[in-house]
Amino acid sequence: MNNHNGPLFHISKRKNLLWYQAWAIRGAAILLALIVCAAVTTLLTGENPLSVYATIFRGAFGTTRKVWILLQNMSILLCISLAVTPAFRMRFWNIGAEGQVLVGSLATAACMICLGDKLPNWALILTMIACSILAGAIWGLIPAFFKAKWNTNETLFTLMMNYVATQLVAYFVIIWEVPKGAGKIGIINQNSMAGWLPQIGGQKYLLNVLVVAVVTVLVYIYLNYTKHGYEISVVGESERTARYVGIKVGRVILRTMALSGALCGLAGLLLVGGTDHTVTTTIAGGRGFTAVMVSWLAKFDPLVMIFTTFLLVFLDRGAGEISTVFGFNQSFADILTGIILFFIIGSEFFIRYKLSFRKKANKEE
Amino acid sequence: MKKAIALILALVMCFALAACGSQNKTNDSSMKVGFIFLHDENSTYDLNFINAAKAACEELGVEYVLRTNIPEGQECYNAAAELVDDGCTVIFADSFGHEDYMIQAAKEFPDVQFCHATGTKAHTEKLANYHNAFASIYEGRYLAGIAAGMKLNEMIAAGQFTADEAKMGYVGAFTYAEVISGYTSFFLGARSVCPTVTMEVTFTGSWYDETAEKEGATKLIQNGCKLISQHADSMGAPTACETAGIPNVSYNGSTQKACPNTFIVSSRIDWTPYFKFAIQAAQKGEEIPYDWTGTLATGSVVLTDVNETAAAAGTVEALAAARTALEAGTLHVFDINTYTVGGDVQNSYLADIDTDPAYTPDTEVIADGYFHESEFRSAPAFDVQIDGINLLDTAF
Repeated sequence: MNNHNGPLFHISKRKNLLWYQAWAIRGAAILLALIVCAAVTTLLTGENPLSVYATIFRGAFGTTRKVWILLQNMSILLCISLAVTPAFRMRFWNIGAEGQVLVGSLATAACMICLGDKLPNWALILTMIACSILAGAIWGLIPAFFKAKWNTNETLFTLMMNYVATQLVAYFVIIWEVPKGAGKIGIINQNSMAGWLPQIGGQKYLLNVLVVAVVTVLVYIYLNYTKHGYEISVVGESERTARYVGIKVGRVILRTMALSGALCGLAGLLLVGGTDHTVTTTIAGGRGFTAVMVSWLAKFDPLVMIFTTFLLVFLDRGAGEISTVFGFNQSFADILTGIILFFIIGSEFFIRYKLSFRKKANKEE
Repeated sequence: MKKAIALILALVMCFALAACGSQNKTNDSSMKVGFIFLHDENSTYDLNFINAAKAACEELGVEYVLRTNIPEGQECYNAAAELVDDGCTVIFADSFGHEDYMIQAAKEFPDVQFCHATGTKAHTEKLANYHNAFASIYEGRYLAGIAAGMKLNEMIAAGQFTADEAKMGYVGAFTYAEVISGYTSFFLGARSVCPTVTMEVTFTGSWYDETAEKEGATKLIQNGCKLISQHADSMGAPTACETAGIPNVSYNGSTQKACPNTFIVSSRIDWTPYFKFAIQAAQKGEEIPYDWTGTLATGSVVLTDVNETAAAAGTVEALAAARTALEAGTLHVFDINTYTVGGDVQNSYLADIDTDPAYTPDTEVIADGYFHESEFRSAPAFDVQIDGINLLDTAF
């Protein structure tokens, strides 16, 4: 009688789990996700789920080239994720990475188009680096300035800046389009290769991977072992405390957003100067938003972000492969990715909280 | 224990099935062809390519790989290179923006043939393994225009509006030669049977933007356009027409299913003849020309069946007659006596055939009394604004 009216279960906060317990929960979540994906695959398509998984794996690792593409995609996504992280640690919700990457890309392309035949290549590349980073930083500083000065809502502001950046790129695409009216620029300096970032050892994507690897380490050190990093954490925990201990909050916001924007600008540089050699309104490809997820999943830790980036890029590459091999629509791959992410994000809940079920009433009899 | 055995058995079965794989294999395993598409079958433009790719490969009995949703960036180069790794010896790409990345891949893999639909650069790049293709779709548009003009005549005869009010609307993507050539030939076809017709054109700034295309068509209908056609790849304009009960001349394929009351006819390029031609040439080790232009005669320019519910009586017969004249060369779409520019007959025009960032005009394209479209390169080059067509916006 005593427990009959109590809730079926209740949720309570866990004490800190040991690391292996947390990873066991995560592992179980991934396993469950794979089982649900398998069930969905068989029910919807009649294909064998194991061969679908094998195809996902082949899509990411099947050949040397596929591994390089995986690394390249990872490096761009990781760079953008690293960019948003300092701001996130400060509880400044910068969802304007997409726009910051776009202006960085636009600045790089502008240098390549306007100065391609006027400067020696080394000077051109230096100009591109400076301009792209500056452009990204300015795009990050604008919402930060309004936040610091008038406490405007940074989420809306940075989001709106994305649309401004997209339109800005669209405008310049029409100015530089080739041929007339085509609405696309095409590869810039395809024959002279002016402003193309150098290839290391004949590998197209190695430079990007190395640059981002260095940036990852630097951001990790910056956030964890420098005074700036500490100030960011304090502002993130409580602005009032920060003010009380004498941190100039406005200045920290400006500085951090300039850094965020600058790293996005760098991603734009790597995209335009390093691989695509063109600029389009979709060159960032939504990665400014995916980066938010990468950063959150990794709890804002740059080193863990390497793994979360890997997970997302791996799923994306695998998804492309299954749509090719099985002739599925891209949407099917998105469904699988959605299921897997749902379980992974959901597992974090069970790491932080536990469910206690109502004990059976007849047990005590 | 039983459960464990069942589980193991199930796993074994799964692996056995996995071993079967599922590639698009047919008899001739010596040849593999790769295709790169900008979108998937949800886009009418890509669907048209996908159908042709399957038809050509299955007819020739070669293995093929289809890569969908490949953006116009480094991803296109990556996809091409992966197809090469996969053993493809001929690779096609369907979107205009893929061109530069196909050229990049062609330079890197000289033993593989790269064929790009709608591109303009093959004849200036002069790579032995990079080729452009298009079709004289302006002739198809012209025929579709005749169907439109006859529909207008029928509505005028029925007293729905006067001859002076006969105005058509056209939803275009960009102010690009391909689009200009398309709407001008459509307009000239309509005017050849309905002499008082005028046309308004609006541009969406995208090849695929369902909302913008729908809005564009709705705006034109509100402006008083009596019939709509489009050069953009979504169902936006046709569905707007069906809702408003305005006749529509479609592109890329039939939209009759979604628009049973308003769809008249659609012109489209059938890519199957080109795919077959290029694959067979590669099989035999023969050269593929820099530019290949499909025509009515090669079966590359086709019209769908006329929808008798919406079309004017006698449309089928009129189209057949005009088609014969076009094929015989007695009728030219861009006959300089059928249009004027700023009130004058156009006796000479330098077109920008060799693509360059400065848009330098380089080739005389008017001779023998008509504009020689798709002759100096396969992609359309007609970018003249003729009298009678009113561009509402030219921002794109």
